[in-house]
Amino acid sequence: MGRKGILINYDFCTGCHSCEVSCRVEHGYPDDQGGVIVVQVGPWEYGPDRYQYSFVPVITDQCDQCFERVDAGKDPACVHHCQAFAMKYGRIDDLSKEVDEGSKSILYYL
Amino acid sequence: MAFGTFTTPITWQEGEYTVTRTNSWSPPGDHPTGAGMLLYVKDGILEKVEGDPEQSITKGAMPIRMLSLPEYVYSPYRILHPMKRARDKRGDDSAWEQVSWDEAYDLIVENVRRCTEQYGSNSIATFVGTGREAGNWGPTMSCRVFNSPNIVYMQSGWSCYGPRMACTSYVLGAPYPELDYASQYPTSYDDPRWQRPEVILIWGKEPLKSNPDGFWGHSIVDMYAMGTKFIVVDPRLTWEAARAEIWLQVRPGTDAALGMAFCNVIISEDLYDHDFVEKWCFGFDQFAERVQTMSPAEAAEICEVPEEKIIEAARMYAKAKPAALQWGLAVDQKPNGIQMGFCCLAMMAITGNIDNPGGNIMGAIDIGGLGSGYTDLDPQSKINEMIGVDEYPAMVRTQQFTHPDTVLDELEKEDSIFHMGFFTSANAIANPCNLPKRWEKALDKLEFNVVMDIVMTPTAEAVCDLFLPVNTYAERDMYVATHYGACGTWIGAIKKAITVGEAKSDITIMRELGTRLRPELWERYKTDIEYIDDQKLCTLKTPDGRPLTMQDLFDHGSYHVDYEYRKYEKGLLRPDGQPGFMTPTGRIELYSTMLEAWGDEPLPYYEEPPTSPRSTPEYAEEYPMVLSTGARTWSYFHSEQRHVPLLREVEPWPLVDINPKDADRYGLHDGDWVWLENDNGRCKMKLSVQPGQKEGALASQHGWWYPERDASSPSLFDVYEVNVNNLVPYKTIGKLGWGAPFKCLMCKIYKAEPSADIDRIEEVYHG
Repeated sequence: MGRKGILINYDFCTGCHSCEVSCRVEHGYPDDQGGVIVVQVGPWEYGPDRYQYSFVPVITDQCDQCFERVDAGKDPACVHHCQAFAMKYGRIDDLSKEVDEGSKSILYYL
Repeated sequence: MAFGTFTTPITWQEGEYTVTRTNSWSPPGDHPTGAGMLLYVKDGILEKVEGDPEQSITKGAMPIRMLSLPEYVYSPYRILHPMKRARDKRGDDSAWEQVSWDEAYDLIVENVRRCTEQYGSNSIATFVGTGREAGNWGPTMSCRVFNSPNIVYMQSGWSCYGPRMACTSYVLGAPYPELDYASQYPTSYDDPRWQRPEVILIWGKEPLKSNPDGFWGHSIVDMYAMGTKFIVVDPRLTWEAARAEIWLQVRPGTDAALGMAFCNVIISEDLYDHDFVEKWCFGFDQFAERVQTMSPAEAAEICEVPEEKIIEAARMYAKAKPAALQWGLAVDQKPNGIQMGFCCLAMMAITGNIDNPGGNIMGAIDIGGLGSGYTDLDPQSKINEMIGVDEYPAMVRTQQFTHPDTVLDELEKEDSIFHMGFFTSANAIANPCNLPKRWEKALDKLEFNVVMDIVMTPTAEAVCDLFLPVNTYAERDMYVATHYGACGTWIGAIKKAITVGEAKSDITIMRELGTRLRPELWERYKTDIEYIDDQKLCTLKTPDGRPLTMQDLFDHGSYHVDYEYRKYEKGLLRPDGQPGFMTPTGRIELYSTMLEAWGDEPLPYYEEPPTSPRSTPEYAEEYPMVLSTGARTWSYFHSEQRHVPLLREVEPWPLVDINPKDADRYGLHDGDWVWLENDNGRCKMKLSVQPGQKEGALASQHGWWYPERDASSPSLFDVYEVNVNNLVPYKTIGKLGWGAPFKCLMCKIYKAEPSADIDRIEEVYHG
């Protein structure tokens, strides 16, 4: 089997909240909690015409890996509904090979 | 043409759930881009929704406005039965009483007949909102049901989409040219005919949040991931601006100057497409001469952006093959907007980026767009009686709607022509009216007002006597076509999966009323599907040559066209089959004979906003901040969805963005409640200090009211406390009647007391 993970290229994350809300709906979590929360970094200008302005989805302790969905052959709710296709679910060994050089990637062990 | 390539049927069983494949439109409000959705129903209840991975445009992704659909469908705020109230009880929430549909229809028929006999059928006004399916049927309801030409979209200067559509019809002889995002192909970006835009110029638009009119916002991100570069023109640092090669942080309202300078650079540096201009454009020399009056240096001073960035941006757009332009609402919301739009179209044209792969394409599906039913006016000459046709013929004749500002004047007259109002999902006083209090007073003069909506709104509460509950897209059979089917690329099926209360679809209400009032036109349609097949889809053909039907859409999920690029070369744009465009000269008119004929200048020109630090320095001393309204949110479609907890949690309060330096200057802090005020009125919002906001300018949201607060007058959900349109002046619009300064107002800003009931939302939702 091997450990599973989620690979996120956060350069593409627009902060649209689809991962958060789909997680809340899937699990019935309260409106201010969830298995994934998007954190905003910036904006600030750090050089002429250079801006730091990113959104980063953080997997929380409440993530249960959507085991029911995964058992049914589906992606976790957050991955499935991401509008930017910035998240990928799979075997950690496979995902680690997919990290593109220079990309703003985060690999979560689940 | 081709059908979608789905591996599953429109509905199937998955364990204990019946799953129905559908596409979103409205209600809940959104544009007709149509996200693919799977509705999971158990025992007749919509338990959950899921993005449809097989849908070619959205591919399983789904915005939060759609993810929250079950909560919206079963919201305790929803109204599920018709209700009536005596006219003298308007504003009293406790006076509503439930009635049957038959009684509701009888009341409407009685009042329509009375008004028609006493004052003529033109005395009935149909008020529409924007974007939602209801807006699509407004003209049909007005002309084909009430036999009145008076269709009203109550926004001063028709300042949304209309100005862009109009200037395209003048200059290009076509509807809206949309960025080519491969939506016409069942295989999306993989179709070999599609090309990725090398550069996208995003100008006064926030597509990620709004999915505007037929564009899937996040396709911008797909193209960025494939290597597309951005140029962004926006007073705010958007997600795209932070990733752009060039970001021009313009002063709000000055875009026409920038557009003229862009064209100037492209022409002076000989970066234009000579072959295209020679073959397909009219009036290039006059146009070139005109834009040379706006040097990049002058535009830099007017727009407050560096001259070299203007030059670089123009070069980058012109040299990219292909380049696409995302032109936004900023075009519509200023008196000088038609000229900005003119420049956008000219940029596409002189660089050859019209109807080319990866440029701005003209669409290929025409099922009547925003209007139908005009030919059912009896007599037909009633089309010439629309209110405003004499004062603003260019707007009224082009849009085939009344002129909003002239309607307000008419309503306020002592002997006004209007006596009855029918609001099709139009929450006028929360959005989009300028001076909403004045509109409320004027609308209250009408003897009988009917509203169709989902929940009780400030408008329904303030001025209406009869409430008809409409259903959501999960409860109806319908289609969704990008750009309302005016210049569409794709049609998706909307399939009914559930029934909730006694709510009915827009078409059902229209059919049932029509059958009572004009049976000769309506009786024949026993279902919504029969109406859609006969009135909308029949102009399109299936791959085997039959007229397209809803059943085809249900069988195949979606309909695509075999897209022909460069239709002007092939004689596909003109009814006479000749090559060229549907303009008087048959070419793209860089010297616009239509604008000239309507009484405006045939070439673009720049005018300062009606109030600005430059045009009205004395006014600016009292009201120093420039104010752009209408900042988009993830959660809301205009005035809708504030009652949906999942969405309200994400964006709980009405925000106005300010630059940190301005916040310091006025002693304000992030999270403060503030008043925005000018000579027209004021509104109270929460301050958000944003380093990416242009100094000297504010950006506010719009459409706010508080469903959790007191419904009855004078509170009306505190709509007037929070409505930024209080600050929008009376009839301050362009020469032809287009464009009020919603995006370039001026105001002062000062601290307000916090809202007393700031935590009540918790009580309402969770108590």
